[in-house]
Amino acid sequence: MDAAARPSTLRKAGLPAKRPLRVLPVIELAVLVVLVAAPVVLSGRAELITLMTNVIILSLLAISFDLCWGFSGIMSFGQALFFGVAGYVVALVGRDLDFSQLWGTLPLAMLVGGLLAAALVAFLLLGRKAPSSIFVAFGTLTGAYAAERLVAGWQYVGAGNGLSAIKLMGFGSFEFVERVEFYSVVLTALVLVYAASRWLVRSQLGLVLAGMRQNEERLAFFGYRVQVFKALVFSFAGVIAGLSGALYSYHQGFTGPSNLGPGLSTTAVIYCLFGGSGTLIDPVLGTAAIELLNYVLADTDAIRQFWPVILGVVLLVVVMFQPTGLLGLVVSARERIGSFGVRRRPG
Amino acid sequence: MALLEVSGATKLYGQLRALDGVDLSVEVGTFHGLIGPNGSGKSTLLKSIAGAHFPTTGAIRFDGADITQLPPYQRARSGLSLKFQITAVLAELSVYDNVLLALQSLEGNWSLLFSRSRKRLDADVMHALERFRLADRADNLAGELSHGEQQWLEIAMALAPRPKLLLLDEPTGGMSPEERRVTGELLAPIRSECALVIVEHDLDFFKNICDRLTVLD
Ligand SMILES: Nc1ncnc2c1ncn2[C@@H]1O[C@H](COP(=O)(O)OP(=O)(O)O)[C@@H](O)[C@H]1O
Ligand SMILES: [Mg+2]
Repeated sequence: MDAAARPSTLRKAGLPAKRPLRVLPVIELAVLVVLVAAPVVLSGRAELITLMTNVIILSLLAISFDLCWGFSGIMSFGQALFFGVAGYVVALVGRDLDFSQLWGTLPLAMLVGGLLAAALVAFLLLGRKAPSSIFVAFGTLTGAYAAERLVAGWQYVGAGNGLSAIKLMGFGSFEFVERVEFYSVVLTALVLVYAASRWLVRSQLGLVLAGMRQNEERLAFFGYRVQVFKALVFSFAGVIAGLSGALYSYHQGFTGPSNLGPGLSTTAVIYCLFGGSGTLIDPVLGTAAIELLNYVLADTDAIRQFWPVILGVVLLVVVMFQPTGLLGLVVSARERIGSFGVRRRPG
Repeated sequence: MALLEVSGATKLYGQLRALDGVDLSVEVGTFHGLIGPNGSGKSTLLKSIAGAHFPTTGAIRFDGADITQLPPYQRARSGLSLKFQITAVLAELSVYDNVLLALQSLEGNWSLLFSRSRKRLDADVMHALERFRLADRADNLAGELSHGEQQWLEIAMALAPRPKLLLLDEPTGGMSPEERRVTGELLAPIRSECALVIVEHDLDFFKNICDRLTVLD
């Protein structure tokens, strides 16, 4: 090619990008259909409804981690802190104030989770110098660890025994025991959280997050104060974790110190990495995959004994050989990151 | 008063004196060339101005304010824009989104959350792309562009938020002679928009577009 002709030829040769086949909406729709159909298909199998309810509640926790890690690059080992504290708060409000109306306690739990996350992230991120991601990982881990120890030694909240016989979640005079009614509440919560999160990560603010993930330093030179964006997303993730924790307490009828410690925080990390971080549906699939496997294998004593080892090995394989997780097998990087202009529909 | 005033800037990397008492003054609306052998501290000077690091001693005034200790994001908001020597387009985002990201940096957080400027900025994004001959490439990933096109994209991005002063570190690095000539043509009209400090090795390039020259050694 003649050098003189290069720029214009290049322009002509610049193929309009092929519109790649979009897989994500299909997966999202499929998941929704399965979750809506489940109570009908599984009616009569109460223990399976309970399992599915658990999966949905825990996927909320996994989504909250994914917003931190997959979308904002914050390695949080403390998501259970917001989850657990909110769980204790609704338990205590039930015990001491005899109040468990979901229109009051669920927003309260979200507020508690959000404020706690905002306070922690302000302390960790908003100093004069941008902290390293190791510092943030240890900071969140330490927060969760300290909270677990604190609660385990505090008589008012049941110390090591936790709080049991939590007042049932109610609406008016209706009380949600396990079963389909409770399932409907958590499914509604998931749909709302999912829609809000999707809207957030596809917004212009989501574009800032996408840029930040690729080159955080560069964004500062465009005038973005990246730590503020991280703090916003982290606080929002705290809101979701709080909601998740409250539902979990109500569903289990019990909460204990381990619900706010590093153990559960790490479980959330695992759900998310297994599915493949960076899309919103992957934490849901990761949680479902791990919890269903866990359930199936729980009956087989021989396997159950080795379950943590098996899980560990599978995860190691996923993280080493398929860092984009299970979903990365079918969703292209381009679709995962998405586009943000008006010219094509965002998403 | 000058738009940019660097006085006595010194930068030490351990024992190494990368900058030694540099003075630089850039007037509104002028194109200022910066020249010197490899390792003479040209990039170090531009990075000190943009805030990638702080000079060990010395002061930097921009648009009437002392910015010596300001973090990069505040300098950018006050009207300073830098294209680094090493291109750093966001490879996994589309060309369009790269420019949108640069443009929308002037919006507030709430506006971004509610995507208030997405429609309004579309015309500006396309205008910036057309200007740098990238309109056909809008939907490509930035990482798919040739090296020369990436340089243009970076200039388009640096220029998008309408800076008062644009700092370009070797914008024609790795370009063919023809691309280099085109770059000169693309830069000339910028004069009506902002002042420019440009690092180059090609003296002819300077002769064509620069009003003043500073030599570092
Ligand atoms: N981060 C750094 N750490 C240590 N030395 C550096 C660093 N950056 C640049 N230098 C040194 O500072 C001197 C000036 O570098 P630079 O500003 O990149 O020169 P130029 O852009 O004029 O080629 C060189 O000797 C280089 O090796
Ligand atoms: Mg250099």
